[in-house]
Amino acid sequence: MSVAVSENNITSAVASTIEANLNAAGAALRKEAFDSFQKLGLPAAKAEEYKFTPISRVLEKNFDFSKTNTGGQDVKLSDFTIPGLDADVLVFINGVFSKEASTIQSSGFTILPLHDALASNQEIAQKYFGQFADVKIDALTAWNTASWGNGVFIHIPEKKIIERAVILHHIHDTRAGQAISINRNLIVVEKNSEVSVIEKFDSLGSSPGFSNTVTEAVVYENAGLNLYSIQNDSGERHQFGLTQIHQSNFSRVNTFTFSLSGKLVRNNLHLVLDGEGIESHMYGLYLLTNDTLADNHTVVDHKKPNSFSNELYKGIMDGSSKGVFNGKIYVRPQAQKTNAFQANRNILLTDKATVNTKPQLEIWADDVKCSHGCTSGQLDEEALFYLQTRGISKETAQAMMLYAFAGEVLDSVKNPVIKNYLDQVISERLHKNF
Amino acid sequence: MLSIKNLQAKIGEKQILNGINLDVKPGEVHAIMGPNGSGKSTLASVLAGREEYEVTGGEAEFLGKDLLEMAPEDRARLGVFLAFQYPVEIPGVSTINFMKTAVNQIREYRGQQPLDAVSFLSLMKEKMKLVEIDQSLLNRSLNEGFSGGEKKRNEIFQMAMLEPKLAILDETDSGLDIDALKIVSNGVNKLRNKSNAVIVVTHYQRLLDYIVPDFVHVLYKGRIVKSGTKELALELEAKGYDWIKDEVAV
Repeated sequence: MSVAVSENNITSAVASTIEANLNAAGAALRKEAFDSFQKLGLPAAKAEEYKFTPISRVLEKNFDFSKTNTGGQDVKLSDFTIPGLDADVLVFINGVFSKEASTIQSSGFTILPLHDALASNQEIAQKYFGQFADVKIDALTAWNTASWGNGVFIHIPEKKIIERAVILHHIHDTRAGQAISINRNLIVVEKNSEVSVIEKFDSLGSSPGFSNTVTEAVVYENAGLNLYSIQNDSGERHQFGLTQIHQSNFSRVNTFTFSLSGKLVRNNLHLVLDGEGIESHMYGLYLLTNDTLADNHTVVDHKKPNSFSNELYKGIMDGSSKGVFNGKIYVRPQAQKTNAFQANRNILLTDKATVNTKPQLEIWADDVKCSHGCTSGQLDEEALFYLQTRGISKETAQAMMLYAFAGEVLDSVKNPVIKNYLDQVISERLHKNF
Repeated sequence: MLSIKNLQAKIGEKQILNGINLDVKPGEVHAIMGPNGSGKSTLASVLAGREEYEVTGGEAEFLGKDLLEMAPEDRARLGVFLAFQYPVEIPGVSTINFMKTAVNQIREYRGQQPLDAVSFLSLMKEKMKLVEIDQSLLNRSLNEGFSGGEKKRNEIFQMAMLEPKLAILDETDSGLDIDALKIVSNGVNKLRNKSNAVIVVTHYQRLLDYIVPDFVHVLYKGRIVKSGTKELALELEAKGYDWIKDEVAV
């Protein structure tokens, strides 16, 4: 008996592209990751971690891995920038770093192409690269580690508060055909330092694009990191992303994941709280239309006592879109006095839209405060009626409630320029007219 | 002002209103009383345009227009106000913000310029005094974490802001202690004038000591079975509703 298993075909197709690139920087890790990729294979249709996100099927159906990327010329960066943002700008077009389009001042800290950082014996880069993103458990992470092309190394030395943000523009140009990009970043924030990094995903053109982006971040004692991920492309992009963060004592991390468009968006966010007195906030907002699928898988791993994590993900699903949320919280035996909170709230605007939400708490310590809650439902009809009886049109009433719903996440955004930008995007999307 | 003729309505398969007739003129206060399940709140909901209710017959004309044909927001813009029995909580929407939108959408409907921030604020301050409500409450998410009394005061505050021609108070008194009841009634009384009217829906006579009605109607099984003056309310208070039921049964 023989059964054609589609993920096997696509796994081999991807494997041959990986093999071609195995000798690039970080070769030893690439080899190990490649072995793991082949062992794991791309997720099967019913694989637990990809249950609602048929990434292998989507890759097989839409992409030809023997092709090279085309296009990338005449990309107008101004179409994708955040107006007024004071930032070092790094631009990746179809995965390739564009020096001309980028503006880097990086006064007082280091921004380097990751290749260069690893090749030039940057001790810190070599020490941490590939140490956190686990190639043994996830094939897409293994794929990334084995075959990443471009990426950036951001290193903030001790006691530097970086006021300017760093923004990475990941732009796909698919006007002349498909685009595939594999990018890898490493961020190291040393003791008592702080930085904000934004990853923004956009595309132009109507052919499919796929990106696999892994960002590892190491946050030292009493350091702070704000990480933003903003996906608001034209709706053609398939993307997998892993953000893997390692935190030490008294460090503070805020992550903001905005999935506002795309075709298939899978965000893996994995925080390891390897210290005491840590504070971690994870905020997510997904506003989905048409047939977009956005899947947020998060892991918060409390390894030591006395730390705090809070997670708030909210989604509004319109059209026939699909939302997925999976939130794992681990509280290890020694992580006493942990406070860990999680909430996932969803609004479905149509009968065709769906959401699958699953909290997974595994708690081995006995003196902890943990809570989780998830809700999914329609817009409250009674509240809509209430607003209407005050003379407010149904459309405005609906926009008002949706905006208030999204506002809870938006309010948490710290950088005023980014907040203002997101506010405008979201207001427009929700037809805010009040 | 409001003329209801033979109004019938059902929810799902259940017929609730079985032919209501009621005329309300400017300056009047009408109390609608009746035992639980008699259709009091249904009548209030149907007049405000709640979708779950299906009007199966009859008519309701307000200021010369067919009320039943209009969307809830247009009824409000024309001057109908419903104070909810159970005011809704809306997280993230403050009373101030949504009132500003409400006032301006109503003004737009009436062909008036929107109020600027300063005029809106001074209007709000004036109305706040009327119902003795604190601004900090109005800055908060609508009704979220409000006490029963605060919610009802907020209803009357909104009524003051929107200056309706016809206010329908749906069991505004239920669950209020006497102090809150006085504040709410005072607010309503201050808003009364010759050109507006109030329909007070209540189970208890107590409220009518403070908002004195010109007419009292008893609703039973979806019909107005008895009408009278404020003395009728006192009689109901003293004797309960059973005698009405008996009278109707005969």
